[in-house]
Amino acid sequence: MTPTGTADAVPVRRGGRLEREIVTPDGVPLHMTLADRGHRASAFVIDMVILAATLLALSLMLVIAGTDVLRESWILSFFLLAAFFLRNFYFAVFELRWQGATLGKRVVGLRVIDRHGGRLEADAVLARNFMREIEVFLPLTLAAMAQVEDTSDRWLVMPALVWASLFLLMPFFNRDNLRVGDMVAGTWVVIAPKAMLLPDLVDPAGPQPGQAADSPAYRFTPAQLDAYGAFELQTLEGVLRRKGSPTYDEIEAEVCRRIRRKIGWDAQNPPPDAGPFLDDFYAALRAHLEGRLLMGKRRENKYDR
Amino acid sequence: MAGITLRSFQFRREREATWRELDLMVAEVERRSLRALSADQLLRLPMLYRATLSSLSVARSISLDRNLLDYLESLSKRAYFCVYGTRTGAHDAAWQFLSRRFPQLMRRARWHVAMAALFVLLGMATGWLMTAGEPDLFYSFVPETVAQDRGPASTTAALRAVLYSGGDDAGTALHTFASFLFTNNARIGILAFALGFALGVPTLFLLFANGLTLGAFAALYQSRGLSIEFWAWVLPHGITELLAVVLCGGAGLLLADAIVFPGRHTRLETLAIRGRSAAALVIGAVALFFVAALIEGLFRQLVHSVPLRYAVAAASAALWIGYFTLWGRGRADDTDRHR
Repeated sequence: MTPTGTADAVPVRRGGRLEREIVTPDGVPLHMTLADRGHRASAFVIDMVILAATLLALSLMLVIAGTDVLRESWILSFFLLAAFFLRNFYFAVFELRWQGATLGKRVVGLRVIDRHGGRLEADAVLARNFMREIEVFLPLTLAAMAQVEDTSDRWLVMPALVWASLFLLMPFFNRDNLRVGDMVAGTWVVIAPKAMLLPDLVDPAGPQPGQAADSPAYRFTPAQLDAYGAFELQTLEGVLRRKGSPTYDEIEAEVCRRIRRKIGWDAQNPPPDAGPFLDDFYAALRAHLEGRLLMGKRRENKYDR
Repeated sequence: MAGITLRSFQFRREREATWRELDLMVAEVERRSLRALSADQLLRLPMLYRATLSSLSVARSISLDRNLLDYLESLSKRAYFCVYGTRTGAHDAAWQFLSRRFPQLMRRARWHVAMAALFVLLGMATGWLMTAGEPDLFYSFVPETVAQDRGPASTTAALRAVLYSGGDDAGTALHTFASFLFTNNARIGILAFALGFALGVPTLFLLFANGLTLGAFAALYQSRGLSIEFWAWVLPHGITELLAVVLCGGAGLLLADAIVFPGRHTRLETLAIRGRSAAALVIGAVALFFVAALIEGLFRQLVHSVPLRYAVAAASAALWIGYFTLWGRGRADDTDRHR
């Protein structure tokens, strides 16, 4: 059963192309959303820009150091080591220190996790980042060679470049957007979760005092409440949480009209005041459905009998 | 009905303080790091995390408040990243790795490492035999950057001078030379590992090509009667460096093996399990490259006595053989801790 109707207030969550479930070591399933290729590419570009900028700054230091042989040699040593560690360990060190996020991933809002829900081990972080040697640096080197080499060698370099690019393009060839490093390390890159706890809509001390108070102004019969399921309840929640947006009054009136028609309100009662009506209906419907939920009867949506 | 008697609402009222406390802690970890937490908080973190996970389970079965469910799931995930994110405490991890895991992994991967060694030896034999027969092949086997003007056309005196150069040379400082050697070799080692993903053929080729170069040099020096002095020049660092090369190659072959012969698990599963072990081998090899570069960049440039050079070579061989065969035995096998 797929619920129809507008659901823009409550984003469709389960079963999307990029939704995956992991089970934590404590046995609770959590739903993760895989990062799409665009997000990952932008995080990577940010990281590479930071890398390049750092190397450039180091090179400038080398130039400014001048001609003093002794000092220059120390700076050269430092530069060689710094370049090596930046290239091979920048990503790994950040992912180890920041629970699976580099600077770029942090800006974009991504994280690396273990595909089975276990701890993200140092081995896995190292493995996924060592593979950048063939994913990024090999194609880059070959591309640079293709620019420099004379035409006779280009025939060798070009196929090699195409071959090496296959590693770079690996995320396009599998459903999970895995790059070579993710395959070797058993990791996923997911979107870092963000959600705020808003006040409960049935809280009498909520932002709108009086709403869903002890004695509601409108009462509904069980038959009327049986018209809807959890999906409609949460859609209504989405509507109510938009209180205060510019077009809210129109939406409120429209939603109220549809509910009245659906549950046959107008046959026995006078036309209600839309705001309090929806608040009370939400509270009553939630109490009704949650009561059934306690008995083990979950009603997904209005088609679910 | 009375609005307040909603169970999900009561439930939220009772547990909310726990969630808020965890939320603050997690936000602090996200903003700075796990080290930002006090000892007290570190103790409470797993407790609050479990409490929130159980709240999530309960909420899923009694509440229909979408915002609450979303929030709990999101908070659980963020806390999960903190609790099951990467482990800190680098000193312990490094010590445990060197004292147990590295030699254990090496023994576990011995056939792959042996295969990598075989290809280096094959390359050496080929390079040596062919260059001995036809000296001009030296130029095909040895890249210009490595040869540095040495070759069949060089005089014996010039070739000999290279073996004892350094020390008094003020042009490049020794530490710069050592840094160059380390970074360059370690980069090639990591490349050899990563190329294992391409079914290992490029890895084997890289190993073979390395062998060719060494074999060609050996033949060149032998033709001038400088064999003993040549090996005294190569072996002190060469034993450690070749071991590291072969380890990286073996790690690459582990990847190739996992892709070609996945065994009981799926290809992706096997690759993930082996890939982590292989990466651990590579990080060990990077440490070996560092040691080799120190010997090559400092010791070899300063000490010109042939017996002393052989003594260091023998000592390093004995050290590695002892380390990789004897260390970490009898203790819990740590190689496969990922399932």
